[in-house]
Amino acid sequence: MIVFLPWAWLLAFVATPALILLAIALATPTDSVPPFALGWNPEPLALALTDPLYHAALGGSLRMAALTALLCLLLGYPMAMAIARAPARHRPLLRALVVLPFLTGVLLRLTAWIAILRDEGYLNAALLALGLIDAPLHLLHTEGAMLVGLAYVYLPFMVLPIEARLSAADPALAQAAADLGASPWRAFLHVTLPLSLPGVLAGVVLVAVPVSGEVVIPALLGAPESLTLGRVIWDAFFQERDWPQAAALAVVLLGLALIPLRWAKP
Amino acid sequence: MRWAALLFGYAFLYTPIALLVLGSFNDSRLTTAWSGFSLRWYRALLHDPALIEAAWLSLRIAAISATGATILGTLAGLALARLGRFRGRAGFTALLAAPLVLPELLLGLALLLLFVLLERTLGWPGRGAGTVMLAHVTIGIAYVAFTVRARLAGGGTQLEQAAADLGAPPLTVLRRITLPLLAPALAAGWGLAFVLSLDDVVVASFVSGPGATTLPMLMFSTLRLGPTPVLNALATVLLALTLLLGWAAWRWRPVAGGKARH
Repeated sequence: MIVFLPWAWLLAFVATPALILLAIALATPTDSVPPFALGWNPEPLALALTDPLYHAALGGSLRMAALTALLCLLLGYPMAMAIARAPARHRPLLRALVVLPFLTGVLLRLTAWIAILRDEGYLNAALLALGLIDAPLHLLHTEGAMLVGLAYVYLPFMVLPIEARLSAADPALAQAAADLGASPWRAFLHVTLPLSLPGVLAGVVLVAVPVSGEVVIPALLGAPESLTLGRVIWDAFFQERDWPQAAALAVVLLGLALIPLRWAKP
Repeated sequence: MRWAALLFGYAFLYTPIALLVLGSFNDSRLTTAWSGFSLRWYRALLHDPALIEAAWLSLRIAAISATGATILGTLAGLALARLGRFRGRAGFTALLAAPLVLPELLLGLALLLLFVLLERTLGWPGRGAGTVMLAHVTIGIAYVAFTVRARLAGGGTQLEQAAADLGAPPLTVLRRITLPLLAPALAAGWGLAFVLSLDDVVVASFVSGPGATTLPMLMFSTLRLGPTPVLNALATVLLALTLLLGWAAWRWRPVAGGKARH
């Protein structure tokens, strides 16, 4: 009984749109309104899989997702470990401090990063004042700026699952390794790290999957010439008004995103 | 060493936000040079009709869609926590979690195509604030459902069982026991759905129509041209609003000593 309403909603607004997306990926583009005619036209899908431009976009998306996940992991794992080893009564607050920026809105945080990274921004001002550079560096609209922004926005999704795993693990295990003479590094490598691996995997998926289709952060912080799937889908839809091509590229992105989701259940 | 990692992490997370707030009170147009405390950007904000209109529209969309998401998400969370292995549970969970993990671009494009086909065959719904609300309800359901499930998994079923044993009909149990037990999760879920709606630019860009420009859509197009101090002031106002909601969610967070059940 109580399942009926949410079931109906999800079928109408998640499952049906997914099927329509597939149907329009196989439609023919036209000049009418809306700009497609339903039918069987494998051309957009074939183009999405073979065109060199779209290959570059696919590569750009994969690279962006992988590098962001790596950055989040490097930054987030030590944080997760520190939270998990903190006294249990402090953990909820430390955890909340990781989540809080997530609640403050993505555009707001990007506004902050633009103010930091632009030519006349805080970072350049600081570097100039310290005498480390003579002329402002061009930081905004580069791949580095985009990756910092992505890592900034997606960091909580890496910290929380790892921290959950580490907090659930028995601290006696790491202690036992140390008592048996393992160096801290060895104890980490053979005890703590393997225990946390499911959390790492979940974190990587939770970061990499949404990042693979990210549009806003690359548009605001990334290099103007950089190609990603999110960008080519956006442009195909809004600029070229080629809806079947946008849908076909979205189907490719969906397929790409579904592969890792089979491993890690959120 | 451990604390260094944590301090660095928190500094990374909070320095940009602190600079943003600071910049909004800076009299200078150049955001980096401090030339005195001023509220001029807040005054400019109040005299920007396009911004005010977009903000008002976004707040309305967020409040309505958060309420819809809370109703549907609560039912979904109840089903996940209390119904055990009902038919289609795996498919239900997958559909529920899809908008949560998949790139938002996919939901935006797919929903737009649905709305366009519906409009062409049924004449409903015209694209605008209404379609944005439908999309935002869809995004919010999962957040509410998982918050509710976590709360119920920690609460146990003894109270409901006792009420039922004492002769309370199922609806009375729901109204007198389950819903009061859930109140903190409902508040947190509503707040999350509200904040997510207020923050969404991608899905809204697809499903919205002419005449319905939400605040994030307006901020996005402004930011593309370059940041302005007025935007800093706006961001600070939004920050205060979300901090208030975040504080409320923290204050009434579901603790009950439980972890989410899988």
